[in-house]
Amino acid sequence: MARKIVVTVLGRDQVGIVAKVATALAEATVNIEDINQKILGGDIFAMTLLADMERSPLSLAELSRTLEEALEGMGLKVMVQDAEVFRYMHRV
Amino acid sequence: MRFSSEEILETIGMIAEDRLDVRTVTLGISLWDCSDPDPRACGRKVADKIRARAGRLGEVATVLEAEFGIPIVNTRVSLTPLAWVVPRAEPEAFLEVARAVDEAGADVGVNFVGGFSALVHKGATEVDQALIRAVPRVLAETERLCSSVVLASTRTGINMDACLEMGRIVRETARLTADRDGIGCAKLVVFANPVEDNPFMAGAFLGPGEPEATVLVGVSGPGAVRRALEGLAPDADLGQVAETIKKTAFKITRMGELVGREVARRLGARFGILDLSLAPTPAEGDSVARILEAMGLARAGAPGSTAAVMMLNDAVKKGGVFASSSVGGLSGAFIPVSEDAGMIQAAAEGVLTLEKLEAMTAVCSVGLDMVAVPGDTSAETLAGIIADEMAIGVANGKTTAVRIIPAPGKVAGDRVRFGGLLGEAPVMPVNPTSCAGFVGRGGRIPAPVQGFRN
Repeated sequence: MARKIVVTVLGRDQVGIVAKVATALAEATVNIEDINQKILGGDIFAMTLLADMERSPLSLAELSRTLEEALEGMGLKVMVQDAEVFRYMHRV
Repeated sequence: MRFSSEEILETIGMIAEDRLDVRTVTLGISLWDCSDPDPRACGRKVADKIRARAGRLGEVATVLEAEFGIPIVNTRVSLTPLAWVVPRAEPEAFLEVARAVDEAGADVGVNFVGGFSALVHKGATEVDQALIRAVPRVLAETERLCSSVVLASTRTGINMDACLEMGRIVRETARLTADRDGIGCAKLVVFANPVEDNPFMAGAFLGPGEPEATVLVGVSGPGAVRRALEGLAPDADLGQVAETIKKTAFKITRMGELVGREVARRLGARFGILDLSLAPTPAEGDSVARILEAMGLARAGAPGSTAAVMMLNDAVKKGGVFASSSVGGLSGAFIPVSEDAGMIQAAAEGVLTLEKLEAMTAVCSVGLDMVAVPGDTSAETLAGIIADEMAIGVANGKTTAVRIIPAPGKVAGDRVRFGGLLGEAPVMPVNPTSCAGFVGRGGRIPAPVQGFRN
């Protein structure tokens, strides 16, 4: 069964954020389906991506920890959430 | 399914900055099979059932909180009113069962258990009277139990004998918890027309038409509504204000429904209802009063407050019923004084009076909630305040409630401090004119003509 998740990364813009996230997701066998990145208000980096973790051996909580470790020390906030949250909230 | 980054960031902002949360996941547990004339056996049956049904409630909530990234602030249990479960007309029997329930609540990790309740809107049985007499000690000696007593309904009118009795019980409860500013009264509520699937405390109990176990979810989010209104152009008219509230309420409700259905599935219980009530907490920003300020009132309690609350409550309901077919509970806006930073400020400044608050309760959820009054307020005056609030509920066919704290040893202008979600409140002055002759007559105020619908 497909298990869609939304990963959000927020914080100070710097080199290599997308690369680190993508690498960590690939190593966890999580498939990125959609990715969006922008700079808010001049220097706040915001990335949102939709992915499928159906084939990942990790639980959602474990994946969340893995991403936090991958971005450690960069002053970024990373969130991993079940995509159902956004489907319920934004789609009728 | 794709989402725009704006949608995703909006949701995250609502949770991270505006304190949008699932305020409570309350598991309603039926106790119809737990009745026993031996209080010890009855207490054991009730406690065993709580442990069996709610044992995994905290764990499920914690896991879902992580998966959805939505804070679930409290887990609670609501029970079939104990007056229907403990068939003994002795206060001591109720104390014994209450202690067992309190222990079971601690074991399953919930912070409140609702259902130390009696429904006496037309008259009290001897068992009801025993439960009511036990209320002050139960609230003083247990930590988690919450008590509610139904005094009135649109179909039956107002039981004035019970109003006066509850005036005395409220005073006695304050006296027995005087060392903690009368905190027992924060766990005691009286009702007109209560709902039977309320997830919020102190008034939660599980009504007779409910199933064996049912998940009742209370979502909140006054901060998210305030933020949405602050994003409006300053010249946006009130139709646009209402529309904005409605849309925000829709989103919050959907989130709550997702959580409720998933909790129920994992617990093997039915999903009962979702109650979208803008329930404030003392944290700055998590305030219903600040929504009124965002609409353009300098303070809650200013002229126009009743109209503003009516619009807010109605828009919340409209957004909620569109978002979910399982809307129930109270679903509206709560205006407790001690639990809302903006209400505390308005009351302390004297802008918000007891009388204005009463008017506002005619058009929103619940009633006079978490209001501190001077410790020397008489049982008769408390009964008069209660009767007035019951009358508003009865005449309007809506729920109203009173949760009032005659703060021991305090006078108007002092403060009571309960801490945590219960917050703190300035002691509000009470009209000193006597109503003893009126409430002392006793009897029942007959049902109003609008109660006769058959």
